[in-house]
Amino acid sequence: MSKPLVATASLAGCFGCHMSLLDIDERILKLVELVDIGKSPVTDIKTFTQQYAVGIIEGGCCNSENVHNLQEFRKNCDILISLGECAIMGGLPAMRNGIPIEECLNEAYLEGPTVHLNTEKIFPNDDELPMLLDRVYPAHEIVKIDYFLPGCPPRADLIWDALVALLTGKELELPYEVVKYD
Amino acid sequence: MERVKFQIDNKDCEALYGQMLVDAARDNGVYIPTLCNMQDVKPCGSCRVCTVKVNGRYATACTTPVACGMEIESDTEEIHEIRKALIELIFAEGNHYCPTCEMSGNCELQALGYRFGMMVSRFPYQFPQREINTDCQHLIIDYNRCIRCKRCIRTIKDKKGKSYFAFINRGDKLEVTMDKEMAKTMPLKVAELAMENCPVGAILLKETAYRVPIGERRFDKKCIGSEIEETDVKVFMGELNNE
Amino acid sequence: MSALIQNILIKVGQKKDRLLDILLSVQEAESFVSDENIKIIAGSLQLSEIDVRQCMSFYHFFSTKPSRHRIFLNDSVMANLMGGQKVKEAFEKVLNCKQGEINADGIGFYTTACIGMSDQEPAAMIDGVIFPSLTPERVRFVVEGINQGKSLSDLYYLPLGDGRNGGAALNTMVNSNIRKTGLLLDDYYKSGSALTIAIEKSELEVIGIVKTSGLRGRGGAGFPTGMKWEFCRSSEGAEKYIICNADEGEPGTFKDRVILTEKIEMLLEGMTIAAYAIGAREGIIYLRHEYQYMRQHIENALAVARTKKMLGNNILGKDGFDFDIRIQFGAGAYVCGEESSLIESMEGKRGEPRFKPPFPVQKGYHNKPTSVNNVETFCKVCRIIERGGEWYRRYGTKQSVGTKLLSISGDCPRPGVYEIEWGMTLYQMLEMVGATNTQAIQVGGPSGSLIGKTGFDRKICYSDISTGGSMMIFDQSRDLIKDVVLNFLEFFIDESCGSCLSCRACTQQIRNKLEKMIHGKGVSTDIEDLKKWAKFTLVSRCGLGQSAANPISTSIANFPHLYQAMVQKEKDYDTCFDLASAVADSCKVVNRVPNF
Ligand SMILES: Cc1cc2nc3c(=O)[nH]c(=O)nc-3n(C[C@H](O)[C@H](O)[C@H](O)COP(=O)(O)O)c2cc1C
Ligand code: SF4
Ligand code: SF4
Ligand code: SF4
Ligand code: FES
Repeated sequence: MSKPLVATASLAGCFGCHMSLLDIDERILKLVELVDIGKSPVTDIKTFTQQYAVGIIEGGCCNSENVHNLQEFRKNCDILISLGECAIMGGLPAMRNGIPIEECLNEAYLEGPTVHLNTEKIFPNDDELPMLLDRVYPAHEIVKIDYFLPGCPPRADLIWDALVALLTGKELELPYEVVKYD
Repeated sequence: MERVKFQIDNKDCEALYGQMLVDAARDNGVYIPTLCNMQDVKPCGSCRVCTVKVNGRYATACTTPVACGMEIESDTEEIHEIRKALIELIFAEGNHYCPTCEMSGNCELQALGYRFGMMVSRFPYQFPQREINTDCQHLIIDYNRCIRCKRCIRTIKDKKGKSYFAFINRGDKLEVTMDKEMAKTMPLKVAELAMENCPVGAILLKETAYRVPIGERRFDKKCIGSEIEETDVKVFMGELNNE
Repeated sequence: MSALIQNILIKVGQKKDRLLDILLSVQEAESFVSDENIKIIAGSLQLSEIDVRQCMSFYHFFSTKPSRHRIFLNDSVMANLMGGQKVKEAFEKVLNCKQGEINADGIGFYTTACIGMSDQEPAAMIDGVIFPSLTPERVRFVVEGINQGKSLSDLYYLPLGDGRNGGAALNTMVNSNIRKTGLLLDDYYKSGSALTIAIEKSELEVIGIVKTSGLRGRGGAGFPTGMKWEFCRSSEGAEKYIICNADEGEPGTFKDRVILTEKIEMLLEGMTIAAYAIGAREGIIYLRHEYQYMRQHIENALAVARTKKMLGNNILGKDGFDFDIRIQFGAGAYVCGEESSLIESMEGKRGEPRFKPPFPVQKGYHNKPTSVNNVETFCKVCRIIERGGEWYRRYGTKQSVGTKLLSISGDCPRPGVYEIEWGMTLYQMLEMVGATNTQAIQVGGPSGSLIGKTGFDRKICYSDISTGGSMMIFDQSRDLIKDVVLNFLEFFIDESCGSCLSCRACTQQIRNKLEKMIHGKGVSTDIEDLKKWAKFTLVSRCGLGQSAANPISTSIANFPHLYQAMVQKEKDYDTCFDLASAVADSCKVVNRVPNF
């Protein structure tokens, strides 16, 4: 029987959650025994070619590309997991929520203290670029999410234990220390 | 002083007549979660996290004096569900970016989130627009994290008994604010007390931050309430979703 | 200190507990309370500025900006049902400003919760004067008149109201609309007859009669009145207070307005009997701000009672029976109808409910034993003392004794006040008022229940469907979810004192979810969520929070098909997210056409 397929994505996140995933150290070898990692920044596989068992989402949605990506994951994965604070509640990127979009763009492209090269004062607006959303959305405000693993980043033990429990159907019993919001 | 007998979750307890239920429970080794309440300060019953059932009716343990023969339900599925929902409501109501918060690890709200196994709020996050105020020479007040527990209003006063903090407006527009004039002259000692009394990271001292390393903070290893009763908080698979 | 404030402090007293009156007086004189005055008031009462602001900001009718006139348009369910939206648009057009703003001529335009005129909506309050049954034409007429500098009484577009409304003291267009009288509203009653009987009996005998009558409070909670008085009488303390709850804030009720207008002598007499029974020397009528047009009328009645020796020292010659009454105005807060918030408010504070115990009968106004009773309750007492407890028991049903004043409004040809005997079915009530094609009745105001056809055989009484008096009728043409339930939720959100998390935050989440469903994004789990979330509000401190989700829970229970109709059959999960509207702003700023 073929191993279940797992996909991962980093949307409006910092890749910290992916780093934490790699932080499971030598257990990664066991993980590869349990699953095949398909579409993911880790493998650089970019498309879904079949139905996946699990999709792991890092980051919320800050632009149209994130939204399409997330919807794609929902279509192609049986189970979706929000991994980390950004996917769960927007996280640091969501600190812009409540600030008018024009102010955000001005700060980023025109007036911010680190803006030096944009001498012509233009906003990038090529049609190929993703469109910015009015605010950053938690993943479950776009599509249905089945499980949530909090942390910034989530502890490696949390990710490992939860994945194993999910894939093997074994009971999960996490100790107090591993579920944290920071 | 008269002592009275009562029961919490069928456990026989004894306390001084008129003692508030939270305190009475604590003295009997029973932890009833609280958030807005402070020991020895006039209660204000705002967070409702200490909700119990007294003789079958809802009541807050921080505002209800114990009386003879009371039968209290606290550790039941129904009450647990309500408390968890309340905590999730707070997270959704404000802007709680724990990874950026100086109080993370020492925050009572966060600690309750851990205790109740909150993975995500079932309520949509509201992302309200709130102010960060620096009028006071010693304090940063980040209203994004204020839970309107009234602790600052109840405890932070000047020598004449005037409050530095107050509620303004009501209902969904209710906010905490500081007297502008008084803020300017707040002594450091008072400012320190204000930070200490705030259960969350809404009142912070300027120029000091992240003094305790991760791993050694108040709730990193020990669950809130564990000083009162032995608890072994664990998270199970079913709690990883929001249904 | 300015002369104004000095005078006010002399008149109402330089005391913290009169802060509300001080602020109201300043506002009355200057149309607003300035920063400068806030400072002065704080200083003279030994308060911090923020203390004054925290009280002021609790109440709807205070303003920190000056204006020449202030218009408060009712935006309750009833007002909107009767064409309030068009009236609002008319105001915005002729004033050339939006709701919440002050226009170029210095006229402030605001909306407000039910002002107690549900039988003659849409109604507005302009500088305290009530303008009922508004139409866009009348709005234009009034505003133009104001602009021409005419006085408000020159701008009346209707004849003066019926009954005493047309008298010099009231001089208002408001109608009493009494449609059915009973033992309270009948004209048989002779002023002074009950009090004369009462003072010949002992205090305990008076309480005994009230207990025998089985009278229960008419403010909503239905607590036995005799028992309340007995508790209050036996509570420790020499000083005791009688308070008349005339806050009448529950949307859809107006029966207390009618009693205050037509039966004020009876009310004062009832309060005096209560004072005699419990041993109080001071009585206070807590009158909602919206009823300030009755001030002169009530003051006159008080003056008459004093000359008749029915108030003052040695009342009706009874040695040592001293009692007098004053009016305390509210400043716009529904929650202040809750008896302990009412007391907080009377003490010059924010109207946040207290914890119970202790109850007001133990520790009320100034921590002294206090009996708070509803307007109608006091009047009932007069009849009971006059005719006896047994006589009273002949009316109504066994458990729900006597009569009840109903404020009936909405889709019926004869809205107004009906005094009925307890035990009438809702069907009978609809017949009585001539309502046809009825879809639903909101019984007991927003904090009550939305009842559909299958419930119309239910009886109006404490043991079946109880009510403080508000009855709103909706016919088949009404959208119950959008026009009724949503409006009620908004009402609770605005009027919550905000202290309890469960009342403040959960009602907002419930409202948001309902809006999501209204916008076509509903899924079946949303209905389940609403039911569950409604339960979380039950742990709130006071009755407001505990009933804030009633509009949701009773409408889901009684009109499930309306909710099913908002559910998308093909989806089991949906959110409010809409990509096109989410990117619209940013695309505009960077100047590109959205492409999906
Ligand atoms: C939010 C809220 C608003 C209330 N408003 C009123 C009111 O406007 N008038 C009133 O008589 N009672 C009101 N009540 C009930 C009072 O708390 C109290 O029970 C009543 O005044 C007692 O009088 P009674 O015993 O004569 O009914 C309200 C209660 C709540 C919880
Ligand atoms: S106050 Fe507490 S819950 Fe809020 S962000 Fe800070 S640590 Fe997190
Ligand atoms: S600032 Fe802190 S102490 Fe004050 S109400 Fe807010 S959360 Fe409570
Ligand atoms: S239930 Fe609502 S109105 Fe009542 S005390 Fe609580 S917050 Fe205030
Ligand atoms: S701790 Fe009791 S209500 Fe907050």
